[in-house]
Amino acid sequence: MVGIVGFGAYLPRYRIKAETIAKQWGMDANSIIRGLQLNEKTVPGQDEDTITISVAAAKNALLRAQIDPQDIGALYIGSESHPYAVKPSGTIVIDALGIGPHVHVASYEFACKAGSEAMYVAANLVKAGEMKYAMGIGADTSQGAPGDALEYSASAGGAAFIMGTEKVVAEILFTHSYTSDTPDFWRREGEDYPRHGGRFTGDPAYFKHVMGAATALLEKSKMKPSDFKYAVFHMPNGKFPQEVGKRLGFTKEQLEVGWIVPWMGNTYSGSSPTGLAAILDVAKPGDMIFMVSFGSGAGSDGFIFKVTKEITKVQNRAPKLKDYLDKDKIYLDYGEYAKFRKKIKLNE
Amino acid sequence: MITARYHREVPQRYRLEAGKCTKCGYVAFPPRLVCPKCSTKKFKPIVLKDEGKIITYTVIRVGPDKFSKETPYAIGIIELNDKLRLTAQIAGVVDFEKLKIGQKVKLVFRKIQDDGKAGIHMYGYKAVLA
Amino acid sequence: MRDVVVIGAGMTKFGELWGKSIKDIFVEAALKAIEDAGVKQIDSMYVGAMSSGLFVGQEHLGAVMADYLGVTPIPATHVESACASGGVSFRQAYLEVASGASDIVLAGGVEKMTDGADVTEALATAADQEYEVYQGVTFPGLYAMIAHAHMKEFGTTRKQLAAVAVKNHRNGAKNPNAQFRSEITIDQVLNATMVSDPFGLLDCSPVSDGAAAVIVTTMEMAKKLKKKPIKVIASAQASDTIALHSRPSITTIGSVVNAAKKAYKMAGLKPSDIDLCEVHDCFTIAEIVVSEDLGFFKKGEGGKAAEKGLTAIGGKIPINTSGGLKSKGHPVGATGIAQIIELYEQLNGKAGDRQVKGARIGMAQNMGGSGASCVIHILEGGK
Repeated sequence: MVGIVGFGAYLPRYRIKAETIAKQWGMDANSIIRGLQLNEKTVPGQDEDTITISVAAAKNALLRAQIDPQDIGALYIGSESHPYAVKPSGTIVIDALGIGPHVHVASYEFACKAGSEAMYVAANLVKAGEMKYAMGIGADTSQGAPGDALEYSASAGGAAFIMGTEKVVAEILFTHSYTSDTPDFWRREGEDYPRHGGRFTGDPAYFKHVMGAATALLEKSKMKPSDFKYAVFHMPNGKFPQEVGKRLGFTKEQLEVGWIVPWMGNTYSGSSPTGLAAILDVAKPGDMIFMVSFGSGAGSDGFIFKVTKEITKVQNRAPKLKDYLDKDKIYLDYGEYAKFRKKIKLNE
Repeated sequence: MITARYHREVPQRYRLEAGKCTKCGYVAFPPRLVCPKCSTKKFKPIVLKDEGKIITYTVIRVGPDKFSKETPYAIGIIELNDKLRLTAQIAGVVDFEKLKIGQKVKLVFRKIQDDGKAGIHMYGYKAVLA
Repeated sequence: MRDVVVIGAGMTKFGELWGKSIKDIFVEAALKAIEDAGVKQIDSMYVGAMSSGLFVGQEHLGAVMADYLGVTPIPATHVESACASGGVSFRQAYLEVASGASDIVLAGGVEKMTDGADVTEALATAADQEYEVYQGVTFPGLYAMIAHAHMKEFGTTRKQLAAVAVKNHRNGAKNPNAQFRSEITIDQVLNATMVSDPFGLLDCSPVSDGAAAVIVTTMEMAKKLKKKPIKVIASAQASDTIALHSRPSITTIGSVVNAAKKAYKMAGLKPSDIDLCEVHDCFTIAEIVVSEDLGFFKKGEGGKAAEKGLTAIGGKIPINTSGGLKSKGHPVGATGIAQIIELYEQLNGKAGDRQVKGARIGMAQNMGGSGASCVIHILEGGK
């Protein structure tokens, strides 16, 4: 049996409300809150980045898995905001966690699906018998240009998953990936903020790829939406995952637990992985979970998980996603936010 | 700051690795070559606990240039549960008036500073209120 | 060991000396000291400076100053012990004369802090660079942590801290060489811009330029030159852990306790024998803690003593009659020498409006970092 043996999430404490951003740019806050279903988003502290978020999430995953970090043979981090253009984030993360040096490490980038990619490769290396454990992390301190629609969603957080074969808490039954050249959203080398194709990011991009992967996964597994207790899709805003769930035949109830975007924002590579972590926090033995990520450019990774009886042993060993989402929030005004996100031009 | 200098502190700053004197039990953080208490030169490696309490603190409102964009920030002397003391920022404090000597804290992995705009990022431990 | 005496002193005004370079101010102070001593030549010299490399990009200060003072080829040595550089420079000169290696030695100190360097960062090099400074601590921060611990342990108040600053400004107002010659009030100290809690700006010594120098020699030479000798009856130095967090107590400075013990023993004196004391008040709490660690007050009583005026001129033990680092200014490397100069003037009865009547025994306590080094001297005036 191959699957998740430990999982952990982390979100920064800072928040900015959609209405704070809207006020700054003279926009109608209600249209954002109702239209995109985004109330507020997480913001990384000045001392937080993809690396520190990955370490915090991975520590929680290790607390749950209770394995020797030295037994981890690979660690992959998917992110759109790796602090270094050249030098893998994972090099720092493994040293902070006491993993390695006999370990395979790589930084992944595939817009918002880099995290699920890391999970996919980690799981398959374990499945191939190459190593006992492998860790896949999706983490981001997402960028959104000032005044752009993305500014309301681009948030910070991450989730880490340790894949293994013993004491599996969620078995991976099926996977499927779906990819094509679709320029819906991109960031050129050296640019601070991504660009996107506006409404082109919808049907030809998000919906086509998520539906593509999801449909193939359902066919492959010979399962139907009603077989699942939970479903989670990439969450660029509140609306898209609800809409794609509806088109595929999932109910609001199935989406509810993993649909954390209205109060968290889109953590890009960490989006569907944090949604999955929120589900695993409360899942019961036997529950089936359907997950499909989406990364612009574009592609989707789909997973079908079956929760095992091991789950109840590990759930309380580390903080849950809801703990981070609901507790100890610190609200920023736009000026503080601009300073935190280095949007102010300084003398350097 | 050159990278070699940063790199050699990684075991201490990332993982709280210390040395314990094999004779008198003195804990050296960072590890030392000779025990200041009993002059023994033999230490065994240990990893410090990441929980402790605030012994004393201050709120830095005027910082060195490197930290000037992060002021005000709290910093304190933390006594870990294994009695070892170290200096660390106390991150995420909203109301400095509520900081108190004796408060429980936990050490977390954070970015401490950057070597300018193009140099390396430098990480290490900070405390957060437990 | 031979008896060692001070026979001459000279210093620049302390403050922002925009028009003068580090060489200008050192040479100015050294020439004044040489002239005051009435000597024709010196055998050797020491230059105390904490961080001229960072402040002005100039190291090798021994040779630089010997060159510009026009005394080459005499041996000239740069001495560094952070903020105690001046005191340690004096101790080196003392040891060189006492040992018989030289007869007339100049002990100087200098710092030029206003030439554009990041002063906070330069000063912080006196702390543990990897395990204190790396985390973002500053010098006001380190002493502020001592202050919070002292407040918690002994009930010391911000008002008591402020009393130190007010008293030192009152003294400094009477010192023509002081950077700040104005009196301040308790309210001004309490309401000043916060620097590092619980310190406001007026709890902190300023950034200063300045230089100071003294001439030390033997008792015989002083007699030959017909100078009234001020005798060095104790010179003691001690060290402690570089990091504040490594010390068993945050509210006691071990190097001060240890150096004081040695100094009292060497002089055969006890705290009550001291007529006045220059202490290293880089921050208000420093004067309070040191006044306890020198044995003038019981541990924890330093704040109350300052508030009651026991450390004012005319009090039980006048502390920092010069205005201290707080009011006189703190050009780091020059400070230890300037303290000796205050004793020299007081013991010669030439301290003007701030003269301590009948002063015969004076102590100077100079320390580096958060107290990782301390040097103490006791001087005795003639009868």
